This record gives sequence, C-alpha cells and structure tokens, in this order.
Amino acid sequence: MALPPPDPQFVLRGTSAAVHTLHFSCGGPEPDIPLLFSGSENGFIHVWNLKTHRVDTALDGHGRKSVYCVETMGSKDRLLSQGRDQRICLWDLAEGRTSVTDSVSTEHVGFCRCSLLKVAQGRWLMAMAARSLEEVQILELPSKTSVCTLKPEVGAKLGMPMCLKLWQLNCGSQPVLLAGYEDGSVVLWSVSMGKVLSQLICHQEPVMSLDFDSEKAKGISGSSEKVLSIWSLNEQQNLQVYKTHELVNAGISDITIRPDKKILATAGWDHRIRIFGWKKLKPLAVLDYHTATVHCVSFSDHSNPQERLLAAGSKDQRISVWSIYAQT
Amino acid sequence: CFIPGGLDCSISFVSHVLGKVCIHGRQKEILGVLVPRLADLTKSDCIWQRICWRLVECVPDRWMEAVVLGFVQRAPGADVLSRLLGNLVVKNKKAQFVVTQKILLLQYGHTTAVLQNLLGYLSLDGLRRTLLLRVLQELLETWSSSSAVKHSPAEQQLYISKAILICLSHLKEPEIESCRQELLTSMMEGMKCHLDSSLPQLRHLGMVVAESISLKINTEGPVLKFEYEEDDETRELKSLLVQTPSYYVVPSLPDDDGSEKAGAALPLVPESNEKSHTAAPVMPDEESDAELDSDDDLIPYDMSEDKELKIKAPVYIRDCIEVLTGSRSEDVDKWEATVKALESLVRKNPAATREVSVELAKILLHLEEKTCIEGFVELRQRAQVAVLTTDPIPVAKYLTSQFYSLNYSLRQRMDILDVLVLAAQELSCPKFHGKTKHSSAQKPCIQLLLGSDSSKDWRRIVDERIKSKTRRFDMGQSRVELASRPNKFSSVAGYFFFPLIQHFDRPLTTFDLLGEDHLVLGRLVHTLAILMYLAVNTVVVTAMGKALLEFVWALRFHTDSYVRQGLLSCISSLLLSVPTEQILADMTEELLETQSWLGDVMEKDPDGDCRRLALQNLLLMENLKKKLEAVP
Repeated sequence: MALPPPDPQFVLRGTSAAVHTLHFSCGGPEPDIPLLFSGSENGFIHVWNLKTHRVDTALDGHGRKSVYCVETMGSKDRLLSQGRDQRICLWDLAEGRTSVTDSVSTEHVGFCRCSLLKVAQGRWLMAMAARSLEEVQILELPSKTSVCTLKPEVGAKLGMPMCLKLWQLNCGSQPVLLAGYEDGSVVLWSVSMGKVLSQLICHQEPVMSLDFDSEKAKGISGSSEKVLSIWSLNEQQNLQVYKTHELVNAGISDITIRPDKKILATAGWDHRIRIFGWKKLKPLAVLDYHTATVHCVSFSDHSNPQERLLAAGSKDQRISVWSIYAQT
Repeated sequence: CFIPGGLDCSISFVSHVLGKVCIHGRQKEILGVLVPRLADLTKSDCIWQRICWRLVECVPDRWMEAVVLGFVQRAPGADVLSRLLGNLVVKNKKAQFVVTQKILLLQYGHTTAVLQNLLGYLSLDGLRRTLLLRVLQELLETWSSSSAVKHSPAEQQLYISKAILICLSHLKEPEIESCRQELLTSMMEGMKCHLDSSLPQLRHLGMVVAESISLKINTEGPVLKFEYEEDDETRELKSLLVQTPSYYVVPSLPDDDGSEKAGAALPLVPESNEKSHTAAPVMPDEESDAELDSDDDLIPYDMSEDKELKIKAPVYIRDCIEVLTGSRSEDVDKWEATVKALESLVRKNPAATREVSVELAKILLHLEEKTCIEGFVELRQRAQVAVLTTDPIPVAKYLTSQFYSLNYSLRQRMDILDVLVLAAQELSCPKFHGKTKHSSAQKPCIQLLLGSDSSKDWRRIVDERIKSKTRRFDMGQSRVELASRPNKFSSVAGYFFFPLIQHFDRPLTTFDLLGEDHLVLGRLVHTLAILMYLAVNTVVVTAMGKALLEFVWALRFHTDSYVRQGLLSCISSLLLSVPTEQILADMTEELLETQSWLGDVMEKDPDGDCRRLALQNLLLMENLKKKLEAVP
C-alpha cells in the first residue's frame, strides 16, 4: 500500500508576486545560515533564511521587471541575477551589503535563463541568449569579455534559444553548451570551436527546460507538450533519443536533477511537481500543493544528505519546500 | 491508289470526293481509313506530305469545315496533324476560321484530346504560332468577360479553361514576354468574375486558370496560390499545363524546361547539418538492467490522485452568459470550457434557457473566437440551434429581424439562415438530427461557401420524395405508411418563414439582396425552399405557399444561376408540401403562369442544373393534374 505523498516541510510566503526562479545556498560550514534566493515577477530578489523561514533581505536591482534567473557564483556573497530589463546583474552581498557591482546588458527580450560554469578559480563562463534572435553568446566573467557567439546556420530555423546548460566533462576538458530551441530541438555546441557538434529534434513544441547529467552523459528535456524526452550523448558526441515519457497533463516549466543524480523533479503547468528516479525515469511522486502553474524547482546543496530539500516556486506567489527521498 | 513519280497529277477530284463524303456525315468511315494510311506515308516522305497538303487545300470551301473537323478529331497527335494539314490554316480562310474560332469558341463538345491536337498543331510551325497567340488572346477575352462567366454553361467554361491551359503550356519565353501585360490584365479581370460566381465549380475553374497564368508570367518571385479542395477536375486541368515531350517531333524546340510542375512548391530548406537526425529511439542497453539499480530503493508514493487537469465549465446557464460576456482575459480556459459545454447545458435546462433565450441568442450571434478551439464554428452553431429549438418563437423573431439589420457581416447573415434551417429540421423531424451534422462545418479560407453541398443533400431528399410520390400514384396504396410523430415545427413555421421573405426588396446601406449580395440571396432562397419543404402538413403551409410563389415570380429572371436553382427548388418544395386541393383551389392561375415559365427555363436556361430542376417541377405538376383526373 503506497503512502500518500508527503506535505511540504514548510511554505514561504511574502513575495507578493509570482516566483520565477529559486537557488539554494546551503553548502557553507556550520555558522553559516542556509539561504534560499528567489526571484519574483515584481523585480525583487528575496533572500530567505531557511532557519527562521523569513526574508532576510530584498534586493531591488532590475527596475521592477521580472527576475527570471538567480545563481550564486562560488559563495553566497556573490550573486548573479537576470531580469526582464535585459540586464544581468552581479551582486556583492558580503557583510550585509546589497549592491550591484557589475552588470551586463543582454538586449535579450525573451525568457531564456543564462547558464554559469566555473572554469577556474575566479573565472566563470556564462552562456546567455543574445540580442539577435537565434544567437547565444558566451562571456567570460568577471571580465565580461566575449568568448564566442554561437550562431546557427542560415536557414536552420531553430527559433529562439529557450534554455541553456554549459558543462564540461571534467576540469580540464573543453566546455560545451547544450541549448534547447523553439523548434523543439536540442543542440550541442562546442564553445571553443563555436560550431554545432550534434543536433537532435526532441519535441514538436519549444523546449522549455533541460538538464544534463555529465557523468552518465544523459539529459532530459521538457516542453509544452505532454512528453518528456531523455537523450544521451555517445562517444562521438552525438545526441540520441534514449526514451520518452508521457505525462498526464501537458506543459513543463522547469526540470532539475538532484546533485547526487538519483532523482529529478519537474515543475508542471498543471500545478504539480513530479519526482522521478533518474536511472530509469520511474515515476516516484506527484506533489500537489500549488494552485497555479509551478515555475521553477530547485534542489538544495546541503552537505549533510539528511537535510536536503526541494523548493518549488509558483505563480500563486508561494514557495513550497519539501524534504523528499532525503534518506537515500 | 496513287502513282507517284515525276507526273504532275491533279488530285482535286479526290478532294472533292473527300469533301462530299465528309459533309454527308461519313467522316468516321473514310477518315478512319485515310488518316492512318496518310500518317504512315507522310512520316518521312516529303512528296507524300505535299500531296496530302494539296489534297486538303483543294477541298471546296463549303465542305472544308467537315473535312478539317474530321482530321482534327481523327489525328492521333498534334505532330501527325501537322504533317497532314501543313499550313492549311494559314492559306485557307475557311480553315482558319474553323480552327481558330469555331472549334474553340463556338463549340464546346470536343474532347481534351481534340484540343491538344489542335493547339499543338498550331504551335508546331512558326507561321502558325502567330495564330496560336491570337487564339490565346481571344480565349482569354472570353474567359475574363463577366457576362460570359455569368451566362455560359459550365461545360463551355470548362472547355475554354482547358484550351487556355493547353495554349499556355505551348508558349515559349519570348512569346510570354511579349504578351505579359495582357496576360496579367486578363488574369485579374477573369479572376474577379470567376470568384464572384456562386457556383463552386466556376470558382475552382477561375482559381486554377489564374494560378496557371500567374505561374507562367512570374517565373521567379511569389506565385498566386489559392486554397481549394483538389478534385478530379482540378487535377486534370493542372495536368494540362505539363506537356509530355513525345508530342514534339522537331527536337530543336528546347522548351521542355518550360513544363514546370503546376503548383510549384517553395524550395526545400537544405539540411544544414549532416549530423542532425530526427528522433530515432535507441533501445536502452541491456547491461543497465543488470546494474545494481539503486532506484529500486526509492519507493514511489501513491499517485492515484494524479489525473488530467480539467477546467470545470459552469453548470448554470446564467453563469455561462457571465463567462461569455465577461471581458477578463485571464479566464480563457473557462471561456473555452463554457463554449464546449454550452449546447448540452441548454438542452438539459430548457426552462432556464427560456428565461434568457433571446439574450443568449444575441451573445452567440456576436460571439467571436477568443482562443483557438477546434471546431469553434460548429460549436457555436450547435449552441445556437439548441437555443432556437428550446425557445423557437422569440429567438426566431430576434434572428429574422437581425437578418435584415444593419452592420452584420455576410457570414453572420448566412449563419442566421443556417441556424434557422437546422433548427427547423430538428423541430420537424427529430430523427434527421443526427444525419445532418456534417453539413454545417465550414473551413475558413478563401473559399467562402459550401452552401451548395447542403442544397445537394436536399435535392437528394426531394428527389427521393418525388420518386416516392410517383410510385404511390402508380401502384396505389401498397406502400407502408411511415410512423408519424408530432411535427413541432408546425406552430412556429410561420415565425421562421414570413419575416425572412418580408424585406428582401428593401436595400440597406450595408446589405442589398437584389444587388451585390446575390450570394446571400441565393442562400436565402435555398433556405426558404427548405423551410417550405419542412412545413408539410402544417396549418400555415398554404399561406407560405402563396407568399413563396409570389416571391419566386418576382425573382424569376435573376441572372445568378445559383439563385435560379434555389427558386426552382422552392417550386419543388411548394408542389410537394402544399396539399393538392389547396394548390388547385387557391393558386391555379399562378401555377399556370409558373408552368409556362418552367417550360421556358427547361429549354433555354444555360445552366444544366436549372434545366433539370425545371423538368422535375413540370413532372410534378403533371402528377398533380393526373391525380386530379384520377379522382372520380
């Protein structure tokens, strides 16, 4: 007899706007408070204290335009946020400061979240959708120099890039970019050469979100249709479809694989969060708490596995935090 | 029978014989022997070719037409015809008239093969090509003349269209260049007349020919492309644009590049990346199953509550009205669900519907597609029919008054007519309700009207009814009577019918039935015919009959053949529905006048369907007379 799905461990209220992005920063040693960063539609970034479940700080740096991506760069004091004001802001939050140290103007009018990858100590690569409709630009941070621009061939008709993921197999290897496009295809780009390594049509509708497991060379993408597509990367750097999974309701906003690569979570337009096992995509749980479409899901980076959490932000302005499968 | 060799012989007597035989109607026999023989002989022998040419040139003028026609019909191909006739058309005035005018413009009974022969023949020689161009110009003039489109029979228009397409297929680039402007002008004018017609067949003809002309004159750049359903006729027409190379004897003509495929598709986007491939599922490796699966440790939770998300439609009619009239753009899901659920709600709650029927009818008439629902038009129509059948009198009053009001689109007015017909059908014989659902679905594209489909259905039903009536007369009362059921239409028929017929001759600023909007007039007439038919055995049927007869009389000379078909259907419905005694008591003089008009239509109307309907009506009237005489 299967147990009913668990309730959220707690719910964070107070953003007063739909929540579009979440990012945990809980990896620090003991005196550090575990934090959750959330970006909302009203332009604020809230820094939640996970011990008191209250907002510690509210950052206003995007002119009240929706913030749709937040990431930390190395530590919880360095934050990167991307908003609909066509800017990416770099924050310095050390010692209670709340200032924007730098910003990059993207001139991108879409919703494509940028992707960060640490390549060396203090050096980052960031992939972001650029001004021209089909292009992706790779910048090096903090110098903000352009590494390359990835432009699809003329007539490829991929549409806008919808989601990006920069990764490298291990510290020394060449970084590559996985990009999901509006026409439903996922493209693997080589950053150093600036050209396409492989392209795979995964969906009939735009790819809404994707995530990749570099150890197993397997990735998953979700779209506005009812199908989740799992694809793999073989030795020749070619993408192939591994399997597909049909959902009950159409529409996925976000997919994320837990750092231990055991489970993954999807945020659905049907207000539900679904948990699957990553190995064989076995459906594990359907978390039905929110009353509007769930925009984002994120796993925490706690060093103690028992404390691991899953957070989901929704259009109903609430962030639900769950502790699920934390024992394994 | 001929002895060649250096002698100057006169073969004019043979020509005379040939001509005399042909004029007596024996073309088939004599040419059946002569043409193959001559074709063989003239294949490579120039002398025989010249003899053959002399043969036909010496035929006296009075018999020239029969001979030329016979040759054109019998020759197996344009190249053979060219060998046999040579430049007869250039040298002989009568032959030229027959070939370029009579066969193409004044007759239309010949097959496509004959046209191919004739036009191919004209294209094969430089001297004759000028005639080809002239022929094309005259054909285009006819094709683009609005009076020809309105008054000539559909078969003739098809013939002319075929001829135009074949001419186009023979034209070479420099020739097209020289007459490009005229082609363009004719195409524009002709397209306008054809699209104006109420008959779908003529519209298709116009579209296909216009597309083909556009293809020829715009070799690069966008080509005109219409949306229409392909049928055998359009496919045949399009195939005429492509000439098969075997027709050409002279290999120096390099114009097979000109035979582009009709309906050229845009160039395919080249595969940009050889490495890209579409999803080809790779079976997961067998080895991964053997791995120790740590997923098995993860116990799934209960997921039985995970079902499809359904937006609930409102359960009360008044809630539906609120949703449909509400301007909040947030609730599009609810709006969609309401539109889908409305018909069944209306049918389940007749009392509640009656309270708000007119308001609901108004909302539905003005309802526009907010989001992209499949089958929106049909959903709306079914809801309207449901409302009308639940509360017929007030809603019919509303709809018929709106039909003649200002500021409605033609589409809305025709929707009103469709809804009235469907509701009348449902009220009068509920068992038909299931069968006729298909006739209401319309697709939005350049083609506006599928109305003649529903009138064909009705024609079939009326035909069957006529057949059943005649049989009953011949065989007496041996047919089993069909089970009867109450006709709910009888109490409301008048409300449907009379308001529609009232104001047809009063033009409004935006709506003129007797003027430009003859399409709507045609639909109105067909609607009245159907309403008349459905009113059989009702009390008002006689009054309806009289009013209808007057209406038909006023419009009987209308130029649009679709309208005339509708008028003739009205007469059929009338004769079938109004009881015989009433007809003979109240409408004798009008019927006699109608009879003479029907006789006229049957003989002289250019449209085949009109003639057939007129004949049908005359037969019905005959039956009536016989019935009268049969009564002792």
